[in-house]
Amino acid sequence: MTEYRQDPAGINIRKIELFLIHEADLLDRRQYDEWLSLFADDCRYWIPLEENQKDGKNTISLVYDDRKLLETRVRRLGKDSMHAQAPHSRTLHVIGNLAVTDDAGTGLVTVRSNQIVTEYRLNAIRILAGQVTHRLQRSGDSFRIAYKQINLIDSEGEHRGIPIIL
Amino acid sequence: MGSSLCVDDIAGMVQDERVHRDVYASPDVFELEMERIFGRTWLLLGHDSQIPKPGDYFTTQMGRQPVIAVRQNDGSVRVLFNRCAHRGPMLCSLLKGSVSEFICPYHGWVYGLDGKLTSVPMPAGYPPAQSPQANGLGMIPVPRLEVYRGFIFASLAATGQSLKTFLGPVISSIDDLVDRAPDGEVEIGGGIGRHVYNGNWKFMLENHLDGLHPRYVHASSVAAANEQDDARATDGAGEVAVRQMRQNGAPNDLWEKIGLWTAPNGHGFLADYHDDEKLVKLSDDPLHVEYRRRMEARYGAERTREILTIMRWNTIIFPNVSFMSQFGQLRILRPVSVDRSVVETYVFRLKGAPEEMFQLSIAFANIVNGAGSPVLTDDLEVYERMQTGLHTDGNPWIDYARGYGRDVDTGDGMRRGGSGTSEIAVRNQFAAWRDYMTAESVEDAGGTAQ
Ligand code: FES
Ligand SMILES: [Fe+2]
Repeated sequence: MTEYRQDPAGINIRKIELFLIHEADLLDRRQYDEWLSLFADDCRYWIPLEENQKDGKNTISLVYDDRKLLETRVRRLGKDSMHAQAPHSRTLHVIGNLAVTDDAGTGLVTVRSNQIVTEYRLNAIRILAGQVTHRLQRSGDSFRIAYKQINLIDSEGEHRGIPIIL
Repeated sequence: MGSSLCVDDIAGMVQDERVHRDVYASPDVFELEMERIFGRTWLLLGHDSQIPKPGDYFTTQMGRQPVIAVRQNDGSVRVLFNRCAHRGPMLCSLLKGSVSEFICPYHGWVYGLDGKLTSVPMPAGYPPAQSPQANGLGMIPVPRLEVYRGFIFASLAATGQSLKTFLGPVISSIDDLVDRAPDGEVEIGGGIGRHVYNGNWKFMLENHLDGLHPRYVHASSVAAANEQDDARATDGAGEVAVRQMRQNGAPNDLWEKIGLWTAPNGHGFLADYHDDEKLVKLSDDPLHVEYRRRMEARYGAERTREILTIMRWNTIIFPNVSFMSQFGQLRILRPVSVDRSVVETYVFRLKGAPEEMFQLSIAFANIVNGAGSPVLTDDLEVYERMQTGLHTDGNPWIDYARGYGRDVDTGDGMRRGGSGTSEIAVRNQFAAWRDYMTAESVEDAGGTAQ
């Protein structure tokens, strides 16, 4: 990505990319509280089941968290009693192919990206690849995440448990 | 027998209070299970609401055999082996679809929805006496099929118990589910989730009637949910989830009081778990008021009260079903190998009920069945650790003695665990397992309660 598009409100795509990289880096370093602090108070974190799933209310999902459930999910990751993370996973996020639209009038920016998460745990590597949609609120010089949706390319496949955050 | 195992070997693996690890770890045992359990008993394939119109089909497997369930032009359901009569390829490669006929991708043989061969290309290429039609070729229906209140059951054995005999008293759990619909019908909705674990298929059936494990397996989600600030934003999904997580941390004496029943053929259910008051705040909740109004309009007040107080929780239909009527959940188990199992998860819509109730069931499915669920992921982790742990030498036995000798006969072929944490359900499953596995023929199998 050599060209940085400048949107009318003065947001450039490089700045957004750096924000997403920061977000992913917090996950890879398991700084979950700091990761959660990037999210808005009425946020959504969603991994749909179906390829073109319209919503999380009428079709089941791999994950469909509102703020309350996301907080519980994050808090659990800090518990020694979390068997599914003993030992914990190591992850590596790679993010690219950003496309940004300014949602005129809403104060939100929608960012589509491709994300490949490589997970290592118990001598096994797993790839969790998908297309991600972020909706970002401008917040001072940075952003807050109002919405993060991850469409795994194998969302309808047979998954082993996914106790980590993608 | 298809393996080197003899009847005495199998019988010796199951004792009153323990089983030999080979029941979970031996590939030979698994092969025999495919033959004598999945090859003989009734298996749930799905629900007829998945295929509402003629030509609608879904594909699945019975044991390891691919089959197609397809709606016929006359409205009935057929289950056909998913195989071309010519040289054997599967005719349907999609999980679901809608067709007017089945056409083989290899040489274009065409079959009707009923499986009958309707045409082959250039039929003159066959001597008349050897034509596919003359040889009676066609898609083969599975030997037995019965639909009970929309639930499609099939068996790979031509003879054996009727479905009603097979289900016995747990048929009341299916009724409990369907009766909860104001229109008297349920339908599958909201997609089919799938998860997999590297462990034996029986672990899931045992776990779903295990009243002792939640506080321990789910300790992390219980603690995280208990610390959750309830003032945080929720659109209902988190509300349902956090409440369910907390419920798993209920004190021991509550679990002890849960009703745990077993039935012949390895089936069983949990009851008196949550009453509706606790779980759904039913009485004053406007959603429930409206639901109750619709139920009473259909069934009258008396019958409505009866239906809504049954309070079944998980029901196991051995060997491939776990379902739960209160939140309309269904799981179908599909063993892949001795140490790998796929679970398909479904949600029922109660026809005629407010749509928001279906949405609550979706939210519930996500938290108990979603591959990313903070609850399920710990169960799956433990199943995988069991599969590894039982390979250790030194103690080849798996212990199921909790509550042994305290089970109570309650009539109707049913027994109740002396407490809700009794291991009665596992003992009962293995009594049926041993019975199936040692039966030389279908006629010898079935009917056993522990
Ligand atoms: S294999 Fe099906 S038509 Fe030849
Ligand atoms: Fe569990």
